[in-house]
Amino acid sequence: MAETHSAQPPVRFETHPSQYKHWKLTFDGPIARLAMDVQEEGGLRPGYPLKLNSYDLGVDIELADAVQRIRFEHPEVTCCVVSSAKDRVFCSGANIYMLGMSSHAFKVNFCKFTNETRLGFEELSRESGVKFLCAINGPCAGGGYELALACDEVFLSDDGSSAVSLPEVPLLAVLPGTGGLTRLVDKRKVRRDIADVFCTLAEGIRGPRAQQYNLVDKVVPRSKFKDAVETRAKELAASSPRNTKWQGLAFAPLGAKYRDDGADYEYVTLSVDANARVAKLTVRAPNTDTPDNASAIRELGNELWALKCFRELDDALLNLRFNFETVGLVVLETEGDAEKVLSSDRALDKNRQDGFVHEVLLYQRRVLKRLDLGARSLFSLVREGSCFVGTLFELSLASDRTYMRDDPDAAVPPHVQLSVMNRGTFPMSNGLSRLETRFLSDPEKAKKLGASDDRFEPSDAVKAGLVTVAPDAIDWDDEVRLAIEERASLSPDALTGMEASLRFAGPETLESKIFARLSAWQNWIFTRPNATGPRGALTMYGRPERPEFDWRRT
Amino acid sequence: MTSIANNEKIPNNVDLASDKRLQRALEEWQPRFIDWWKEMGPEGFQEDQIYLRTAISVDADGWAHFDYVKMPDYRWGIFLTDPVKDRTIGFGDHFGKPVWQQIPGEHRNALRRLVVTQGDTEPASVEQQRLLGQTCPSLYDLRNLFQVNVEEGRHLWAMVYLLHTYFGRDGREEADALLERRSGTEDKPRILGAFNEPCEDWLSFFMFTYFTDRDGKYQLLALSESSFDPLSRTTRFMLTEEAHHMFVGETGVLRVLDRACDLMKVDKNEDARAQGAIDLPTIQKYINRWYSVSLDLFGGEVSSNAASFFAGGLKGRAKEERYEDHIALDATMTIPMVKDGRLVNEDVALRNAMNEVLRGEYIEDSQRGLDKWNRLIKEKGVDFTLTLPSSRFNRQGGIYAGIPFDPSGKLITKEEWEARKHEWLPNDSDKTYIKSLMTTPIYEPGKMANWISAPKQGIKGRPVEFEYVKRQA
Repeated sequence: MAETHSAQPPVRFETHPSQYKHWKLTFDGPIARLAMDVQEEGGLRPGYPLKLNSYDLGVDIELADAVQRIRFEHPEVTCCVVSSAKDRVFCSGANIYMLGMSSHAFKVNFCKFTNETRLGFEELSRESGVKFLCAINGPCAGGGYELALACDEVFLSDDGSSAVSLPEVPLLAVLPGTGGLTRLVDKRKVRRDIADVFCTLAEGIRGPRAQQYNLVDKVVPRSKFKDAVETRAKELAASSPRNTKWQGLAFAPLGAKYRDDGADYEYVTLSVDANARVAKLTVRAPNTDTPDNASAIRELGNELWALKCFRELDDALLNLRFNFETVGLVVLETEGDAEKVLSSDRALDKNRQDGFVHEVLLYQRRVLKRLDLGARSLFSLVREGSCFVGTLFELSLASDRTYMRDDPDAAVPPHVQLSVMNRGTFPMSNGLSRLETRFLSDPEKAKKLGASDDRFEPSDAVKAGLVTVAPDAIDWDDEVRLAIEERASLSPDALTGMEASLRFAGPETLESKIFARLSAWQNWIFTRPNATGPRGALTMYGRPERPEFDWRRT
Repeated sequence: MTSIANNEKIPNNVDLASDKRLQRALEEWQPRFIDWWKEMGPEGFQEDQIYLRTAISVDADGWAHFDYVKMPDYRWGIFLTDPVKDRTIGFGDHFGKPVWQQIPGEHRNALRRLVVTQGDTEPASVEQQRLLGQTCPSLYDLRNLFQVNVEEGRHLWAMVYLLHTYFGRDGREEADALLERRSGTEDKPRILGAFNEPCEDWLSFFMFTYFTDRDGKYQLLALSESSFDPLSRTTRFMLTEEAHHMFVGETGVLRVLDRACDLMKVDKNEDARAQGAIDLPTIQKYINRWYSVSLDLFGGEVSSNAASFFAGGLKGRAKEERYEDHIALDATMTIPMVKDGRLVNEDVALRNAMNEVLRGEYIEDSQRGLDKWNRLIKEKGVDFTLTLPSSRFNRQGGIYAGIPFDPSGKLITKEEWEARKHEWLPNDSDKTYIKSLMTTPIYEPGKMANWISAPKQGIKGRPVEFEYVKRQA
């Protein structure tokens, strides 16, 4: 019997600064301040007090929301200072008791979400020029240090007790789950032997040595710490290239209608068939053309399709990820007027220099990455009335397979079409566009296809390699049903591994490594008895007995 | 032989003369220690001749050698209690196996943390007390202060010996850092909260030596059970010295009480303050403050560190042999916890409650001194009883931290706490009054400040009038 819902109430992702329990977000001209102040009894689930600024998913949902607010509501912000509002601790990482109580799937999804949020810091810095300065005023362990690693610069108070550490290996027999190891050597370029020493030292490293090892950028005596952070924040803010000349947009509520078997939004519908372990995710085209001047686009604000539809899609993907764990296959469909999608693409392309449009395109990029990383099989179905064109063709490109109905009798024959948006606006975590990744063997073809605005009807689409197969109208129902049923019957673990291996061809980036290693190493270690068996270190943490290891190397 | 290896200069029973590694480490560290002592040790008395006890060997004659010495010339030595033959591990997962003469790699970091945390308290207390000499109530007390100070210095040496000998480069760096932190400073505070609290008057000093040094005693007792034999032997020797510090505290408070009761009798309103003595309610407030601060030093009531220290055999219970079950895996301890605004008893795995076990022993031991003090008050015919507040009162660490309790341990509102805390803890006017009694030092042999009685006897058979400190100024 398929079970899609866990016993817990569903996780919801929409929040607002006025509802934050764990973060204080304040603005002071070009500087935003994000101060962590986790409420011990404010955990998302009962049973684990969030001591010492340790976090759970609820804390990270607020953090992710705060970053979105800085993007859209506060274009004047060019530097964000991340610190702790607590006296004696910066952040002690993900709450260990929460991890101990969580299912494996939840742990992985939690890590994935926190990774997406931290990568969001780096994207906001790189693409929008908001520089992140982390001010570590107290012990900073595990996920706390990984949060710091995601910032552009890290300042550490030299007070004899503030230290940075990644104690996962020596203390819990797992790995840092939020890119800590990768960022250490890939981003901060800490020498591997020094990183090795650091990652096995539970208590971490403090004071000048932390700077000497490049674990932090600057160590400052406590009495001068606040001033040093202020001064540096102002410098970073002043040097930012961010386009600040636009009026911020406050997000309107999503207005989602959640059902036990999915959710309805204006442009998105999620419908789950729990028994079949299949979800249908339908995305609809805009109803009108998009105006092609920036001020009219900004005027639309929350109602701009490109923003609203992708906010809804984002929420639907998270809903699917956390609240429907057993769904193995997502069938992607689109509906509506393809011309209206292309109108949106043209309008946004023309106004890329506009700060608001810039953020909307980045938002779409992140949502599409979330789709890539969902760990569910993705099949796109192209048929009469669908609009897999331009930006929405990315859904098909993100899919493991695309089925296109060959239906010459249809009033409007099904077609797919590319636009300027398929040419690199939405890179995957490997740094390439989905089109480039698809045609890795023939980069010229990717370029040529991207540049054309031809409509591809089924036989041409198959020939061009844009879709997988194009069954005719007679075979369609059976073909699709069988493909879906067959897919849903295969091992979820093997499929996740297979899909991740096939989806991300091409080069590695920091981002792709982080997710790959999370999915491979961390997931494996999390399920090994040495971590989570009855005598494993994670199981034993906080208990009176000590862990026992199976010493065989694998 | 290097200068450092000279047994005359550094008395020791660790064969320093043939330990090249230790010699080299100490050659660097010893001058830094002296610099630290001159900078942060007792202010204004470094040239004076003090009648001090020096440990020059561990045998009955040697551990308490008395003579005049200038403090910077004090012979800080390194002593370990003689080894117990075939000693085995007394508790935890390795119970019954031979103790370790070297540190097992898996426990290196945890042991270093224990040694550094213990070591940090020793110089910290010297720093906290460095100005007290300038307001001493007698030469006898001044000498006791300095005796405590030099011995805390020696306890620092004891921990540094372990760091130098067993912890390699990290150990040497930690040993240096022990001289770099400064009590109460913003940038380089000492590790534990209580050791950053100023100890600015003599009543606080007596409370510190009674309550806070007693925490030291219990930490040392717990460490003396350690599977790491050199730590066990070092701490056992330190305990012999610690006893004197608590004696200073216990008799100090007793003499303050004695004087207060006597002066109350001569005052027509039985008003101790009117006679320049310290009134009993103020003494109770100082007890409340120093006792609660000292309770914090034991660590959290529920602690995974405590469990892992016990499991690993690093830190046991005081006098572990008195317990029947040395594995302590199945037992629990009941600890009252605050849940939804009420106190609810919860069972905690015993290993995780080891801090609380040690704290319980400490509380019992602390009460003994109060009983003596109360006996004296009663004998003097004064109707007043000193009490220890609840272990939940005024805590800054552990499960009761920041939650308002009255001294009886009853949960109260934040408003009540704010309104009444000055009844329970020394307030500004109390502190001003105490300071007003201690403005000028008494350097005349045998003379006592008005607010304290003379001790019953002097040091090492010398009379109370003996010139315990020969001032050079």
